[in-house]
Amino acid sequence: MKALEIKNLTKKFGKLVANDDISFTLDCGEVLAILGENGAGKTTLMRGIYGMDVPDNGQIWIREKQEEITCPKDAISLGIGMVHQHFMLVNNFTVAENLVLGMKEFTGQVLNRKEIYKKINSFFQQYNFDVPADAKVKDLPVGLQQRVEIMKALFRGAQILVLDEPTAVLTPQETKELFTIIRKLQKEGKSIIFISHKLEEVKEISQRIMVLRLGKVSGIVDTKDADEAIMARMMIGRDLVAMKKKELDPDLKREKVLEVKNLTVKDGKKTVVKGIDFTVYSNEILGVAGVDGNGQLELVEAIAGLRKSEDGRILLKNRNIKGKSVKFIRKSGLAHIPEDRRVRGLITGFSLVDNSILTNHDNKPFSNGIIINRKATVEFTKNNICKYNIKTESENALASSLSGGNQQKVIIAREISSKPELLVAMKPTRGLDVGAVEYIHCCLLAERDKGKGILLLSSELEEIMTLSDRIMVMHGGEITGIVYPDEVTTEEIGLMMAGVKREKMAKLPKEGVIV
Amino acid sequence: MSNFFTWAFILPLLQATIRMATPYTLAAIGGIYSDKAGVSSIELEGILLMGAFTGFATVYYTNSLWLAVLVAMLSGVLLVGIYAFMVVMLGCKSALIGTAIVLLASGLTNFYYRSIFGVSSEYTSIIPFKNFTVPILGHIPVIGKIFFQQNALVYISFILVFATWYFFEKTALGLECRSVGENPFAADTLGLPVVRLRMINVLITGSIAAIAGAYLSIATSSSFVENMSAEKGYAAFAIIILGRYSPIGAFLGCLLYGFADALQLNLQAIGINVPYQFMLMMPYIFTLIVMFIAGKGEKPEGHSKFFKKGLQIT
Repeated sequence: MKALEIKNLTKKFGKLVANDDISFTLDCGEVLAILGENGAGKTTLMRGIYGMDVPDNGQIWIREKQEEITCPKDAISLGIGMVHQHFMLVNNFTVAENLVLGMKEFTGQVLNRKEIYKKINSFFQQYNFDVPADAKVKDLPVGLQQRVEIMKALFRGAQILVLDEPTAVLTPQETKELFTIIRKLQKEGKSIIFISHKLEEVKEISQRIMVLRLGKVSGIVDTKDADEAIMARMMIGRDLVAMKKKELDPDLKREKVLEVKNLTVKDGKKTVVKGIDFTVYSNEILGVAGVDGNGQLELVEAIAGLRKSEDGRILLKNRNIKGKSVKFIRKSGLAHIPEDRRVRGLITGFSLVDNSILTNHDNKPFSNGIIINRKATVEFTKNNICKYNIKTESENALASSLSGGNQQKVIIAREISSKPELLVAMKPTRGLDVGAVEYIHCCLLAERDKGKGILLLSSELEEIMTLSDRIMVMHGGEITGIVYPDEVTTEEIGLMMAGVKREKMAKLPKEGVIV
Repeated sequence: MSNFFTWAFILPLLQATIRMATPYTLAAIGGIYSDKAGVSSIELEGILLMGAFTGFATVYYTNSLWLAVLVAMLSGVLLVGIYAFMVVMLGCKSALIGTAIVLLASGLTNFYYRSIFGVSSEYTSIIPFKNFTVPILGHIPVIGKIFFQQNALVYISFILVFATWYFFEKTALGLECRSVGENPFAADTLGLPVVRLRMINVLITGSIAAIAGAYLSIATSSSFVENMSAEKGYAAFAIIILGRYSPIGAFLGCLLYGFADALQLNLQAIGINVPYQFMLMMPYIFTLIVMFIAGKGEKPEGHSKFFKKGLQIT
């Protein structure tokens, strides 16, 4: 039986056609993957099915009956559950409160918490989910929060479960656990829509794959027949260029670009970076791997001067930058691509011109120290737009009007053009689609080949593995290993990320001579 | 100094503390309904003024105190309705609309007071709520005298503190109201009517805070004075934060304010040698100190976040 059938669904936002005449079916007990770049219309489609953005046109059939879904309540009562990309949980509520919220038919008007916790705990046991029902959601790690979201949908009797980019926030281990759950639900006869832009995952978990591109279905295939190269072409409309890391000259002269010695950083009263030592050399990408929240963010903030560090030394080109102002540090040759482009990378209410000269606005040629030279700034921005292929209406468009990938290009253009010695990049491809990721990787490699030192932090292990010359793994604020990527497996790195220390540290880059 | 520590000084002081705390309590308890649902209660001051005036005018014309309370509540709901519409439905900034509401209430009440009662140095007065002793409770030594020999509105404020706590902590509807303040987007995905819940909560704020205003003109005094709320609404706004958005916490904060007010009055009464202007400053200095200590407090996570159907989190 078909659990869900979508016929000719269309949704427009103003002039933009987010979903253009989309039709597909989902069988009972099937995992259907929806693959597509950002902005391909995956989330809009799901919001349509869940009643959050009512489609302009088209029909939704559930269990072979046509239904009208105009609000989430309709969707819930038809057995549709959705796990959103940004979790829809109330962090200050307990797990059980999140589950029963809005279910007066279950709780009655007056809440008897003891009774509720008991019932929810026994509900969890059916799924071998052992989180106490009275735990606050905000105290749970991301992986468990996601599990709570799934439980929330199941508790409401979901037969069709939509997972919107569920693996984006998970570690490799957590992803495996999620897949186990998906398979179990599938065995119970539940149907699952799994949204992703990662090809390998989709191949592992789904029976069929639907690819969306620019709001249209560009193909539906059985997973067993799916070919990665073809899928990628369906997704981005062209072939991916295989990335090549240039071999370095064995006699290359290298210098120390960044030297961190015995650095300790605190977050409030908690020590989050515990006396670590490492060095970034010229012509090198030092990748930092680790599960989020193991001190990487604080390390970057300390280096960039955004956070006070306690003990230790930070030397940039043999010059102390610890305890100095951000301005001084940047002048000394540091460029920083921050984790959140909308919060720290850009001022979204500023135009591209203004964003492009930020941090350099008081230097020649952009200003004489007092008055900004408009002509020079516009010239510079136009140049960047052209050179980095930034898609925008004009250089005066607001940064907020750009897509994530183009916003990131604006930041990269600005940072690279400041001619840094050291480029610190924190999750530079987070939430970007394949095409943009590829472009940014090329930029980073080009900088490395030019002789810069790059400190690259990412939660995507694959990114770290392909780009880095050396990989440093952090766990609990300590370095658990520094390795060469071609001498380790992903599993070994996974172990270091979990806290297993390695004796031998790769203190120096493989090729070249240190001067 | 010796006359500070006698029963004759302390008992009336504590009694006055409760009496003076009540307008803060009613305003803060009212405001909590908004704040819990994620809407700032910065407009309280305006509602207090409105309640004070309409309450007073109703007693003047009808001689009915309870009708006055009802009319005050109605006027509070009407006034806060404008605020709710602008802030909850249209997404305007609460600080902006809140200030406009306060100015509007101040202008309206001053204008109508003058046009109805005229400009004279003598205040028009009415017969206010009288104190009465609650059976049994009122005869408990000390406690009875402090808490249960007050006027009816004081008792209503006690009941509201408890009822509000019960509502938010123990009922399913209360949980729903809190959820739209914590994460309106999550509440929406569960099919809850976010905008409607927020609107209702803000209207409840208007009705309860208006009683606080009426209390000033028809319970603790017998006349209306221009701008008589004297920033009590803003103090209540601060007390809610100090009390960590809990009705019980806010009540304790209100007692503190009531105490400061009472102390100021009683010290003046026994003729202590400090300029009275300085005494009058005490509640305001209190507000500053309290805000300093309380800091931002643990706001509901979705506080002051605009919600509209179809709006996506970015």
